[in-house]
Amino acid sequence: MASFNVNTVLIVASILFTLGMVGVLTRKNIIFMLLSVEIMLNASGLAFVAAGSKWHQPDGQVMFLLILAMAAAEVSVALALVLQIYHQHKTLDVEQLKELKDEPATAESGD
Amino acid sequence: MELLFYISSAIAILATFMVITRYHPIHALLYLVVSFLAAAMVFLSLGSPFVAVLEVIVYAGAIMVLFIFVVMMLNLGKDTALQEKKWLQLKVWAGPSVLALVLLAEVIAVLWGGNDLTMQVSVVVPRKVALSLYGEYIVAVELTGFLLMAGIVGAAHIGKHTKRNLHRFLQK
Repeated sequence: MASFNVNTVLIVASILFTLGMVGVLTRKNIIFMLLSVEIMLNASGLAFVAAGSKWHQPDGQVMFLLILAMAAAEVSVALALVLQIYHQHKTLDVEQLKELKDEPATAESGD
Repeated sequence: MELLFYISSAIAILATFMVITRYHPIHALLYLVVSFLAAAMVFLSLGSPFVAVLEVIVYAGAIMVLFIFVVMMLNLGKDTALQEKKWLQLKVWAGPSVLALVLLAEVIAVLWGGNDLTMQVSVVVPRKVALSLYGEYIVAVELTGFLLMAGIVGAAHIGKHTKRNLHRFLQK
C-alpha cells in the first residue's frame, strides 16, 4: 500500500481547519457561520482518522463516528434556532440579534 | 494512492476556500458538498473506507440536505447574496484572515520542520471498527445515543411554531 508523510496529512487538516475558522470570523450571516463550523469539525475528524491510520488502529475512525453524531445533533438544533430567529427577527445578521443586551431607554416598550 | 491523496486534498482545500468566499448560500453549499466528497476520497486513500462511506452518506447526504432545506424554506436568494456582498468588505475580512493565516503558517512551519514520520497505510476494515465501537467504546456509543435524542427533542421543541395566546387584557 501507499506510504505518506504524516505531516502532510496534518498540514491538510490544519489548512481546512483554518479556512473554517476564517469563515466563522469573517462572516456575519449565521448560516455561513454554521457551514464554517461544519468545515472545522470535518478537519478535526480528518486529523483523528490520520492518527488512527498511522497506528493501524480503529480508534481514529471511532472518534470520527462520534464527531459525526455530534455534528448531526448540533446542526439539527442550530438550524431549528435559525428558523426561529428568522421567524422572529426577519434577519440572519448576527449583529442584529442582541436581544439580551441592555437597550438604551429609547427602545420602544411592549411587543 | 499518494497521487489520489494529493489531488483530492487539493480539491478539498480549493472547494473549502470557495465555500467561505461565496455570496450566494446555495453556491456555498454546493461547494461544501464537493469539499466533503473530496474529504471522503482523502479518507479512502488513508485506508478508512468505512469513514469515507459515512462521510458521503451522512455529511454530504444528510447534513448538507438539511442546510439546503433550510435555505429553501427561508427563501434566501439574490437579496441575501447582495447583502453578503455588502457585508464582506475588504476591511471586514482582512484582519482576521491575516492573523489566522499567520497562525496557520506557524503550524505548517512546526509540522514541516518536525521529524519525518512516514506511515504505511493499510486498510482498517469496518469489522475492526465495529468490534472496537461495541467493545471498549460502548459507553461512548450509548452517550452518543443520549446526545442524538437530546438533539431530536431540542430541534422539535425549538422548531415548533407556537401561536402566542395572550390573555385578552394583555393584548394590544
